[in-house]
Amino acid sequence: MAQIKIELKLFVTLAEFAPENTDNFTVQEGTTVEMLIRELKIPENAVKLIFVNGKKQDAAYVLKSGDRVGLFPPVGGG
Amino acid sequence: MCMGSERYARNFDTLTPTEQERLSSARVVVLGLGGLGGGVCEMLARTGVGHMTLIDGDVFEASNLNRQLLCTEALVGTSKAEAAKERICAVNSLVQITAVAAYADKTNLLDMITGSDLVVDCLDSIHGRFMLQDAAKKAQIPVVAGAIAGVSGQVTVFFPEDKGYELVYGKRGHLPATGIELRTGNISYCALMVSAVQASECIKVLLNRGDILRNKLLIMELWSNSFEIMDLA
Repeated sequence: MAQIKIELKLFVTLAEFAPENTDNFTVQEGTTVEMLIRELKIPENAVKLIFVNGKKQDAAYVLKSGDRVGLFPPVGGG
Repeated sequence: MCMGSERYARNFDTLTPTEQERLSSARVVVLGLGGLGGGVCEMLARTGVGHMTLIDGDVFEASNLNRQLLCTEALVGTSKAEAAKERICAVNSLVQITAVAAYADKTNLLDMITGSDLVVDCLDSIHGRFMLQDAAKKAQIPVVAGAIAGVSGQVTVFFPEDKGYELVYGKRGHLPATGIELRTGNISYCALMVSAVQASECIKVLLNRGDILRNKLLIMELWSNSFEIMDLA
């Protein structure tokens, strides 16, 4: 299966799960955000917001080449 | 002492005299007077918002000294709401302040915010934020919301007809009580940055001017100097 490149940004506490090449991260074509989160070994429920190219998406979103993916944990402090 | 026309001289021409007048009759509720609320209420008072209700049932602790502008060593153990009132009166005696040294809950919050033009969410609990959203929808007023964790923060604005927090935190049945801030703590300059953005959004909503973060989330992260606006809707 073909591979695609995405840009990955993991915010706050999720940064510890960041792979080395976040600017040019390779995934298999057909990978969803949910599969990506699992591949990065990010714990279930640790991701509260998923943004792709600046727009909110859900975990079922199928990644496309060149996507800018941002994963954000719950932030509630005041 | 109100300092006459000199007080707002440096607000012009960023604000017009008509806008300044409009702010003087505006009514804003600030809920939560910690790292965010302490900054928000002072900036709104200095800008010229005329009426503010400042709500927090908490007292200062030593651990607040790292970031909460209203907290001084001498005030540890005393009411945050009373400290906010004293501070705002000292900064701008033209502002009409109602200080509420009580925790907001489902029984009293609607009464506290009804009749205001907007409410600023500076709470530190996700459940509390949904409670505020419910009350704001009933009161038919917009919410300017900020949240922080470590050196990260976010700001959004929603109006009564918007989905609001569900877009940020998910559905109510699956909410964590707090976010990751319990682990990261909160750093002073991040709290003040986010409170400054909240104050700015308040002024924009009150004046119906500029690009308001309605159904958008401004995400800020200071280790990487990342500032991004995301579409929530």
